[in-house]
Amino acid sequence: MKFTFFNLMPWPYLPDDFREKHRSVWVDIPTSLYDPVKGHDVYNTYLDELEYAEQLGYDGIGVNEHHANAYGMMPSPNLMAASLARRTSKAALVVLGNSIALYNPPVRVAEEFAMLDVISGGRLLAGFPVGTSMDTNFAYGTVPGATREKYREAHELIMRAWKEDEPFPFNGRYTKLRYVNCWPKPVQSPPPIFIPGGGSLETYDFCLEYDYVYCYLSFTGYKRAQQLMKGYWERVQAAGKDMSPYRAGFAQTIIVAETDEEAERDYREHVDYFYNRCLHVYPGFADAPGYRTIKTLQANVTSQMTEQAVGNVASLSWQQLIADGYVIAGSPSTVVKQMKDLIQGLRVGNIFCLIHIGNMPEDKCRRSMKLFAEEVMPQLRNEWPEYEKDDRFWIHPVNQQAARRAAPAVGAK
Amino acid sequence: MQSRLLNVGDGKFSVRVYEAGEGPELLFLHGAGGLLAEDPFVTALAKHYHVYAPLLPGYQDSEGSDHLRDMLDFTLHAFDVWDALGLARPVVVGHSMGGMIAAEMAAVAPNEIERLALICPAGIWVDEHPIPDIFASMPFELPGLLFHDPAKHGALLSGGGDFNDPNFLTTFLVENSRRMTTAGRLLFPIPDRGVAERLYRIKARTQLIWGTSDKLIDPAYAEIFAKHIPHADIVRIPEAGHMVIYEQTDGVLAALARLHN
Repeated sequence: MKFTFFNLMPWPYLPDDFREKHRSVWVDIPTSLYDPVKGHDVYNTYLDELEYAEQLGYDGIGVNEHHANAYGMMPSPNLMAASLARRTSKAALVVLGNSIALYNPPVRVAEEFAMLDVISGGRLLAGFPVGTSMDTNFAYGTVPGATREKYREAHELIMRAWKEDEPFPFNGRYTKLRYVNCWPKPVQSPPPIFIPGGGSLETYDFCLEYDYVYCYLSFTGYKRAQQLMKGYWERVQAAGKDMSPYRAGFAQTIIVAETDEEAERDYREHVDYFYNRCLHVYPGFADAPGYRTIKTLQANVTSQMTEQAVGNVASLSWQQLIADGYVIAGSPSTVVKQMKDLIQGLRVGNIFCLIHIGNMPEDKCRRSMKLFAEEVMPQLRNEWPEYEKDDRFWIHPVNQQAARRAAPAVGAK
Repeated sequence: MQSRLLNVGDGKFSVRVYEAGEGPELLFLHGAGGLLAEDPFVTALAKHYHVYAPLLPGYQDSEGSDHLRDMLDFTLHAFDVWDALGLARPVVVGHSMGGMIAAEMAAVAPNEIERLALICPAGIWVDEHPIPDIFASMPFELPGLLFHDPAKHGALLSGGGDFNDPNFLTTFLVENSRRMTTAGRLLFPIPDRGVAERLYRIKARTQLIWGTSDKLIDPAYAEIFAKHIPHADIVRIPEAGHMVIYEQTDGVLAALARLHN
């Protein structure tokens, strides 16, 4: 099993009446709610937590890309990964990822990812998301119906840029370059590639075509993900591929405390902040018409688009979030049991651990991280013994002698 | 209303074209919402004209929207349809997004188009008059944006369906997604593909028609278009919003008649 500690980097100071006063946490949230002086502390605390994760033995440390978003303050995940590259030495730098359709030219992604891979000595794990409609269409202006075509073209360009040894011309529809010439080249050829998806057949097949890892990054937990992941594995089987669980990854919100009661007592306010404040997204931004394929639309319930649904913002309670598996929380034994259900039920070898949640302060985050690493992770390591040697989907760093020693992490507590 | 499917554009497009009436040829280019069932405006036009109303790919059973990527593709596509229909010198009438295409056609081929009507066309953006983001609008918000009197005419948009009924909504969203996939190529995120720079080329006698309570594209845009188009005249129609063609159909027909005086 591979465990990646993830920090979405939410803004922890959204006001109590945020939902009443603002229609969305994303796209049109005013920056008057942001305070850069507090932001200085927030970024550095979050980066400290990611560095601490390496010390605790997490296999990867994860960052991602969002724009105009108060629960995900990393418009440039590569800046975060660059800072982590210099202050860590073992963990995979899990960048999930760069929305490749947004970079102009997309060679920029090939270059920056290569830089990260070289600086870190081959520790980059590269994510290529299509990007949400909020990010890709509304915040960054990509025409919804052109998003997927642009994505495909960018992917082709980046992979060729990493592979070719000589400069080559690229005559794409969206990018035309006379000289594609990616200096530097990545250490790994190529870095492992993870694709976040939301259940479309096209994405399943894309992953299988190239042997990329399919990742379901939801906030709604493992119980609601069963159907979607089942669909993926059926597709893997139909394609005649092996069934290695390392072909799949899943993000799960996790809290570990000494006891179940302590988990609720100490963490429910932060879970409430995340699920009921940070995830307040105006439904009009969720899905620019043309962004989703018709097939996907037909399969989805659209009741959240009615006037009543928009006016009526119900809160999710702790009990509900636990019962429905949005959040796995409790003592180490409680968490181990549910994590085993998750791992076996979804058949996943990669877990993205969403342990920092909402406005969780540093001490509580570190406590939960540490308990997960020390009391839970060891009991889950051997869930897939028959695939123990399958290293196709993880990083391949340069050997220790060749690697520079990283600066010792500071801020460790 | 009679209609047929035409193959145009070297086999890339299959286009549903409605056709009705007798009189001078008129090519009507619809807006982002497409045509309504038994479209009342096309029906009214047919009393005075031989109307041809093609549906863009992505609208009803017209196909091929993947091949429409930019303004030139849309413009040439409209001429492909014109050629396939064997039109000679039709009056070209465009509403909203259709007006944007019609204006572009008249600028690209000024010697082909003699009479042009632009009904609250999209195509220009000025910061003083921002155009609301229809791509982020919820279906139930649309009637308020599009009509002077949403209570009276709003149901036209849904063909009588209820935007608060999830079953109806799913059907609507699927159809709307197909339409807006096409429309987004011209309108997203800002409905401006530079036509203002090219309007000076238009030789057609041009009638601009605007509802005075248009909340989507402010009536102030009438002057902006008129300023750039050499032979343009403005008719403003009261008690009409962006859907002026349905709210004040007779007023629009009277304005069109001025092109023949």
